[in-house]
Amino acid sequence: MQSFSFSKAQTVDEATGLGGRYIGGGTTLVDLMKLDVETPKTLVDVTGLPLAAVEKLPDGGLRIGALVRNSDLAFDPTVKAEYAVLSEALLSGASAQLRNMATTGGNLLQRTRCPYFRDTSYTNCNKRNPGSGCAAMDGHNRMMAILGTSEDCIATHPSDMAVAMTALEATVHVQGAKGKREIAIGEFYKLPGTTPNVENALEPGELITHVTLPTPRRGSKQVYLKLRDRASYEFALASAAVVAETSGGHVRYVRVALGGVGTRPWRAHEAEAALVGKPATAEHFRAAAEAALKGAKPQTENGFKVELAKRCMTRALTMATA
Amino acid sequence: MTVSTTGTAPETMTGATAEAAGAAASQHGIIGRPVARIDGPLKTTGTAEYAGDFHLPWMAFAVPVQATVGKGTIRSLDVTAAEAVPGVLAVLHRGNMERLYRAVPNDPNATVSETRPAFEDDRIYYWGQYVALVVAESLEQATAAAAVVKAEYAAETPEVSRELEPFAGKWNTVSTRGTVDAAFAAAAVKVDQTYGTPAETHNPIELHATVAVWDGDRVTFYESTQGVVNHRNAMAQILGVPRENVTVVTKFLGSGFGGKLFPWPHCALAAVASRKLQRPVKLVVTRTMMFSNVGHRPVTEQRFRIGASADGKLVALRQDALNHTSLVDSFDEGCGEATGYLYSVPNLTVASALVGRNVGSPMAMRGPGAVPGLFAMESAMDELAVALKMDPVELRLKNDATVDESNGRKFSSRHLRECLETGSAKFGWKQRTPQVGSMRRDGKVLGWGMAAASWGAYRFACATTVDLNADGKARVRCATQDVGTGLYTIFAQVLAEKTGLPFERIEVLLGDSSMPEGPLSGGSWSTATVLPAVAEAADGAIASLLSIAASTPGTPLAGADAKTLRMTEGRVHRATESAGLPSAGVPFEAVLQAARLNGVSADGRSGSVFEDPKARDLSMHSFGAQFAEVEWEPEIARLRVSRVVTVIDAGRIINPRAGANQIRGAVVMGVGMALLEETVYDRRNGQPINGNLADYLMATSADAPEIDVTFLDYPDFALNSYGARGIGEIGLAGVAPAIASAVYHATGVRVRKLPIRIEDLMQA
Repeated sequence: MQSFSFSKAQTVDEATGLGGRYIGGGTTLVDLMKLDVETPKTLVDVTGLPLAAVEKLPDGGLRIGALVRNSDLAFDPTVKAEYAVLSEALLSGASAQLRNMATTGGNLLQRTRCPYFRDTSYTNCNKRNPGSGCAAMDGHNRMMAILGTSEDCIATHPSDMAVAMTALEATVHVQGAKGKREIAIGEFYKLPGTTPNVENALEPGELITHVTLPTPRRGSKQVYLKLRDRASYEFALASAAVVAETSGGHVRYVRVALGGVGTRPWRAHEAEAALVGKPATAEHFRAAAEAALKGAKPQTENGFKVELAKRCMTRALTMATA
Repeated sequence: MTVSTTGTAPETMTGATAEAAGAAASQHGIIGRPVARIDGPLKTTGTAEYAGDFHLPWMAFAVPVQATVGKGTIRSLDVTAAEAVPGVLAVLHRGNMERLYRAVPNDPNATVSETRPAFEDDRIYYWGQYVALVVAESLEQATAAAAVVKAEYAAETPEVSRELEPFAGKWNTVSTRGTVDAAFAAAAVKVDQTYGTPAETHNPIELHATVAVWDGDRVTFYESTQGVVNHRNAMAQILGVPRENVTVVTKFLGSGFGGKLFPWPHCALAAVASRKLQRPVKLVVTRTMMFSNVGHRPVTEQRFRIGASADGKLVALRQDALNHTSLVDSFDEGCGEATGYLYSVPNLTVASALVGRNVGSPMAMRGPGAVPGLFAMESAMDELAVALKMDPVELRLKNDATVDESNGRKFSSRHLRECLETGSAKFGWKQRTPQVGSMRRDGKVLGWGMAAASWGAYRFACATTVDLNADGKARVRCATQDVGTGLYTIFAQVLAEKTGLPFERIEVLLGDSSMPEGPLSGGSWSTATVLPAVAEAADGAIASLLSIAASTPGTPLAGADAKTLRMTEGRVHRATESAGLPSAGVPFEAVLQAARLNGVSADGRSGSVFEDPKARDLSMHSFGAQFAEVEWEPEIARLRVSRVVTVIDAGRIINPRAGANQIRGAVVMGVGMALLEETVYDRRNGQPINGNLADYLMATSADAPEIDVTFLDYPDFALNSYGARGIGEIGLAGVAPAIASAVYHATGVRVRKLPIRIEDLMQA
């Protein structure tokens, strides 16, 4: 760990004016600082900012402060009742201790668990050292991504929460030197392409202040299904967040996002397009899953994720339309 | 060091303990009673001191620097930046550190895990090997300085492949009888398959830790070791000091699973740094280093050939077992441990060989040899049962052995048949339908599998001293250690049984090499080893007390024949007086006080079973049967172990509560072995790439199945007068093959290479 300065901000303006890395729960940042992967010179503690509330919005949506802890958000009565997919996703992530610390804003910025990213003895990591290469590609790649990868990076996006928020079409609200702006979650995460060091749409110094969720769709069912080797405390091998509405045995509305398989939380637009208006049957769910995984590019050890993601999505759609 | 329930214990005792203590108004029957561990309150309140908890004045902190290549030569080592870090006291390396001696090869009383001392040459044999040691005023400073030591290597490509075949080296015959190849060739039904187990990392929760303190020419280690005596002897040899100048203290262990049996290179490094600086030095191995520098269960690859007659009688059994080892040690896993005696088969050969890899030295891990060996053999037996269309329990029963056919000896006590029958009944095995995927519950496919289990029974030399003191307390001392499983309590139970004193008046002092020499905590032999020694010492101290009572003027018992006196409930009385009555005799401390004695002491000894004429001609083993149920959801490739029934024949169980706890823990470990655990080495540089507790998967509480533990409780008096064998390892044996067989029954996929992963099952 490198030396750093530390200050605690009381207001959003003060925080954005201090010009440092923001620290909330610290579950990702401190972990990576101990590994020298993150080496911030200045830390700005934002946990004192008034951003810890979950509030119903006049339009029926929900506003989640960036400092709301994962466990508080998961057990929030409105979230449990109206955004069950988010509650389920949060509770499937990490451990109780980590969820008690991790914040909403911090979780959106959670970094990959790629072992080669986390170990600085590998100088070849395009995320850490742009242009240096990728040690994962030819390494132990069972947990790596199969969707959205590039020649430069195959690191999996680790979050469960962000997958659910992607299916819920959340909006990320940020504030920086140039003021406030809103970013649709579908635009928030960047594909690695040739710049895997750029992971999201935040400008330098911008702080996530809150996340808003649109009004829950009446009559829709929500499911988060996470598949992994063990029953707890493991990143997804494949997960699926589904929000679906059916009537007359047909799919009227559906949003699908996948986790554990993409370089970012993976919105399955092709699957949605293939499903809307179609009968809610296993055959159509499977066809949608095939469409979603059509562009999958497995590595030497993770070919099984292609089929696993399809099964995961098919089952989640079945549950959400039952 | 002492564990005494005096003081803190009564307030913090669990309900069950309080109940046990209450019942112990009579300590009669304390052997075999499910009492809570006497050290429990110290642990649940965080007051038990583990090695890393020792903080001494003026202590310095050491952090090793690890090689980042898996094979090669150190070309240069630049420590200037590290030396410039504030607080750094020394950066030790090959160029400036005093040479360490090697421990004497094959000295059974001074065994080391990795025979090559740190920094002995410039070669890198495995990723993570120590190349330098930074010592600083604080852990943070030492860590920061270690990160800026610049090593350059002439790197070579390491060999870390999990595949051990093709192997062209020399095989060693471990056991043979009959003509196995001819018998196999002629057998009516055959299985010929190869099974593999991965490198597994011990991962006790307590990290390896050494605190070394020199005082002149004497050194004390506060150490996380499973053998304080061995550790002392080895350190004396390595550091070049007389044995009596070394003291090793291990009050508590956060377990070791075999990884802490013998010293690793970091132990001597801490001592050398402390000697150089003349300050206490603490070195705690990091979790990542636990995966490379302090042992692991080696990769095994075992070909099994089993031939049987058409009605299921074994005619041939051949095991050819490879395991990997490091390039600095020859570690033989001993996969044939249980093969030679478990079943009756006239033609058998067990052969083994080692394959060198660029990995740290392997080390015994819970049930070494037997656990991976039984995974292979019991999986092969299940395959044979399928080939025979025979029930797998029936197959085992049909081939049960009545003598140890590997050496012709009688078994001291063998109840495998009853383990199988009891387990079968408790599990409900009769309801099993053998067709793959034929059983269902709540929409899930059920798989039922089973396996037999075995582990050796041993007793080694042990000395203890028991004191009966004028303060009304009994005390026992022994230079052994409690790995966390309940040995403190075993000592207390024996002393309570002998003296009738409640636990509150019993002190058990273990974990200090200056005490009478006791056993290593390994091989499941601690309980069987210490019991007779404690009993003898207690009997001796009581005899001394009774003699004094008879000969001390002024006590109510003066002038009596000592032979007519007894000690019961902590009181000395005439045999004719009813024991336990408040009026019977006098409190034992009153005798000592009247005699103006501080106390009486006696030593007790037990010898090795190998030198015991009554025992050495017997085959002594524990046995068990494991029955496992898995739930399988093929639509999402989800497999979970839902139920395990385990029946253990391990002699008399001294403390069924601590004992069942050990078996349950072993079953959970077995779930991890079957489905999760594997240390993965990056083939390019030999690094254990999943070297942390998030990426190296072990079973969590959520993965723990419903576990039903039964002890048959047949005493094995050949091993000791209490009839106790050991239970530390047998609980893990057989769990993985039972699960693998259940997985086959559910899915139709036979996984012969652990762990069983989702990608294997997706073939179903």
